Parts: sequence; structure tokens; C-alpha cells
Amino acid sequence: MYEGVVQDLIDELGRLPGVGPKSAQRIAFHILQSDPVDVRRLAHALNEVKEKVRFCVVCGNVSESERCRVCLDPRRDPAVICVVEEPKDVVAVERTREFRGRYHVLGGAISPIEGVGPDDLRIRELMTRLADGVVTELILATDPNLEGEATATYLARLLKPMGLRVTRLASGLPVGGDLEYADEVTLGRAFEGRRLLDV
Amino acid sequence: MAGMSLFRDDGVVLRTQKLGEADRIITLLTRQHGRVRAVARGVRRTKSKFGARLEPFSHVDVQFFSRGEELVGRHLALCTQVETITPYGGRIVDDYGRYTAATAMLETAERFTENEGEPAVQQYLLLIGALRTLATGEHDSPLVLDAFLLRSLSVNGYAPSFGDCAKCGIPGPNRFFSVQTGGALCPDCRVPGSVVPSPETLVLLGALLSGDWETADATEPRHAREGSGLVAAYVQWHLERGLRSLRYVDR
Repeated sequence: MYEGVVQDLIDELGRLPGVGPKSAQRIAFHILQSDPVDVRRLAHALNEVKEKVRFCVVCGNVSESERCRVCLDPRRDPAVICVVEEPKDVVAVERTREFRGRYHVLGGAISPIEGVGPDDLRIRELMTRLADGVVTELILATDPNLEGEATATYLARLLKPMGLRVTRLASGLPVGGDLEYADEVTLGRAFEGRRLLDV
Repeated sequence: MAGMSLFRDDGVVLRTQKLGEADRIITLLTRQHGRVRAVARGVRRTKSKFGARLEPFSHVDVQFFSRGEELVGRHLALCTQVETITPYGGRIVDDYGRYTAATAMLETAERFTENEGEPAVQQYLLLIGALRTLATGEHDSPLVLDAFLLRSLSVNGYAPSFGDCAKCGIPGPNRFFSVQTGGALCPDCRVPGSVVPSPETLVLLGALLSGDWETADATEPRHAREGSGLVAAYVQWHLERGLRSLRYVDR
């Protein structure tokens, strides 16, 4: 145990994900030995992120203004919405440079065992966005695990009467891998989702 | 090295929790060792060879590596190899009603096996049977769930009575029903707070407990709903802390 503020800093750092007591101590001493300017910059960045960042009122993505960058961009196709679980997933889809539509962040996936039901996600907000008839396609890009699939199934059932085109992201083999190493669940899904090669 | 052992068992994945950067803690209900928790390293990476096999509802054959003599000891065991026996997840998650019913089953199985490492073969067999039935879709999911809940209560020593009076044993049918007293009651034994369900509901619950699907499938929805309410109340009463997932069941 250290005294006073040093121990306080170690305790605070230790609450961060993936930081154990030993790492917390190492980071704390690194900060102690750093240049005051660097430390002030870190403190400033921490303050700024809590003050400035909020959630886009339209899609729920992290944003520095009322609406996020994607929702404000007039070049993005308003007819297609990609539904994801977390803001991190928006970044992942953006990296592909394949998608030119807009997003909707649910804020998680349906998991009754953890006490998360449909009402705890931003599903009502999604339905509101669909009300004006501009959106024609919805891409369900929830995680390819059980909760993600269940959330997609729930949404598909909910959206069916609206007559939209609802698609689910494909599941299958990672690019650059060997078929023989694929597990049977993933390989099975790749078979289900195979596509016609039209050459 | 001393004190290290390998165990092999088959089981159903009940729950998965994230651990650190890419690992998961997997809770399984196994055939020989009852409920077991074990660490699966690196399963959240897309390159993981067995991540897809360790999803809830999967029936798997697992090799565990334990640092002690026992599978359940001071340290969590590691899952070193996993083979799929039946991936029930795929068939279950295609239907939201099935998914929510199956989730409630997993939570029930977990709650009835509080002592890790203690064999619970009957509970294990019940769970496998219920998942298989649910995946085929031959019966309504809420009925499959209620049958599973009633039989889980039964194998754990809390069998309710739906015919004979739970107090004096006078043969049924009996009109009154009390969760606290263990089921159906005759007019002489009725306690304050007893309810009077419709006779068809009690017939249904008896059929679900005994596995008479012909009777159960022919039941009217309103009786099935009333039955579900009684089963839920009964389970909640015996499990002290309520089942979280029960209120999300899509009926």
C-alpha cells in the first residue's frame, strides 16, 4: 500500500478493464515520472471526452454534436440502415468502405439471462425512424453469436409487416483461412449462405 | 507434473461470460460432474477453432485441464478441446419464442445445480431432452418450457401435485391450488390464498409433468396460459431468487 494520492491513482487505474493491481501500479509510476505537460494533456483528454461526447439523437452512435457525422452527411443513402449492437461496430463496418447508408445502434443485444429484453434496446427509436417510409432496406449486422442472432430474429419478425427488405449479414469463412480448419458450425453456416456464381 | 489432471465429459453450455481480452468463462451442465465452470482461451477471436462450438444451447464433448486432482477445485479448469455433439443453438435461435423458452430452461438448470461438481444426471437428461424437443418444434415452446420446469422441480424433490390433495392425499381431481402448500388441495385442506384454476388447466399440468403430450397438445390456449402462470409462480416460490429470464418468455 502506498500513501494518499499515489494509492488513490493506483486504485482508480485498477478499475479500468484489463488493468490488474500490478499494471495499475506500473502506470501510476509512469505517470509520476512523466513530464507535467504530457500528464495535463491526458487529464484534458479525459475531461473532454466526458464533456463533449454524447449520443446521436438519430442513430445512437457516439457523437460530438446532436447528430453524428454519418447522420449529417448528405452523401449517405437515407434509404438503407445498418443495425448494429455497439458504436464500436459502426467503426468496424465503416472500415469496410462497402456501406454507404446510415446506421442504427441498438446499445446491446437481447439476453434474457442477463435481464436485457427488447425494451432495453433502442428498438422503439428504430421503429420511429422507419415510420416516414424513406427507408427501404434494413441490414441486420448484430454479432454472429447467439444473442446477436436472437436479436436479428426478433427484429425480422417485428419488421415483417412493414414490407421492407430485411437482410442479415452473411456468416462464414474468414478470408485468408483454410477450409480444413473451419469449425462445423461456421462451415455449416457458410453452406447455408452460399451464393450463385454468375459468370 | 503433480496435481494436474485431464477430464473428459459431455455437457450443455448454459452461459458464457467474457473474460479479459479474448477469453470466456463457460458454464456447462455436464453428465458426470454436474455444473462446471471452465475457462476457454481465445474463443472470442474470429480465428478461434472452437469458439462457435461453445455457444449456449450447444451439446458438446469437452476435454478439461485442471490444475488440481478434481475438476472443480480452487482454480477454474481450462477447456482444451471441444467437439460438437448437437448444435441446438441454430434451430432454437431461428424462432424468438423458442429462444426465450430455451433461455429460461438454461437459467433453471443452472439454478437447480448450485453445487458445482456435484453430479445432477437427471437434471442433465431433462435439459438435453427438452432442448431436443424444442429444436424439432413438434410442440408449442411454452408447453415444452412448462414441462421442463415441472419435471425439474420434480427431480429436485419439489414435485407439485395436480390431482391428489397435496396435504391429505385424497384422490383428485381437487378444486383448489396453492403454490405454498405443494399443489392441488381438497376443500378441507384449502389454505388462505388458494386459487381455483379451471379443471382443464390442472389436467394440462398433470399431463406435462407425466409426459402425456397428446393431452397437452390438445389444450386450449387460455388453459395453457393459466397453467404457465401457475408453473411460474411455483418455480419462483421454490427458487427463492426469481428466474430473470422467465418474464421475457414470448408466449
